[in-house]
Amino acid sequence: MKPLRRTALRTAAGGSVAAALAALGLFGPSSAAAQSKAFQAKTLAETLAALGATGAADSRDIVITAPDIAENGAVVPIGIKSNLPKTEMIALLVEKNPSLLAGSYDILAGAEPDVSMRVKMGQSSDVFAVVKADGKFFITRKEVKVTLGGCGG
Amino acid sequence: MADPMKIRATVRDGVADVRVLMAHEMETGQRKDASGNLVPAWHITEVTATLNGTPVLKVQWGPAISKNPYLSFKVKGAKSGDTVSVTWVDNKGDKRTDEAKVS
Repeated sequence: MKPLRRTALRTAAGGSVAAALAALGLFGPSSAAAQSKAFQAKTLAETLAALGATGAADSRDIVITAPDIAENGAVVPIGIKSNLPKTEMIALLVEKNPSLLAGSYDILAGAEPDVSMRVKMGQSSDVFAVVKADGKFFITRKEVKVTLGGCGG
Repeated sequence: MADPMKIRATVRDGVADVRVLMAHEMETGQRKDASGNLVPAWHITEVTATLNGTPVLKVQWGPAISKNPYLSFKVKGAKSGDTVSVTWVDNKGDKRTDEAKVS
């Protein structure tokens, strides 16, 4: 586990490198290199580190709309709404999936911090919404029980 | 070329509710086929939405998004007749763009 953890920490530190690459126009403004690391992270701490969200504060201003019990893990509808001012980014994490990060949404000018999607869940798990607002990170969780797993088709 | 997306955009009180349904296999790379070989990952990695040409939402997706992905989001300041355009790119480099008028 240790080398993996180290990679994740390095990724967090590598954010500025990704920004430099973005400036060169090699990657989009969302720093694709750092993003792909975040998608490979296997633990909550690693994922948060890759997103640069380590130590995110609990917030009641983020609302996760998801079923308490999902019958089909292949299609679990999840909505995330942030009531925090200046929300810049919303990410959805499913704790017990092979890689936690399901999707991240950059809220640009004009869009409201209110998105919904459908995700696969391998088993019952907590889902986390990570929100970046005004440069700070916030997190909230909700438990979703799955009666039929969505991995392995 | 992939199948077209279904995009519905309806405006209420100046806020457009945009719903997009994409046609994509979204293979996770974890599943095995009948002979026990891993099916390689094939999923949408990036979605960009614009309103009248101005980017409003940039999405990064992993393999955990369901097959035939659904996405909905809200945009302020939209009015009837505006153009919403959505583009996705998958990890094989395939891409597709579709447009819809706000109603």
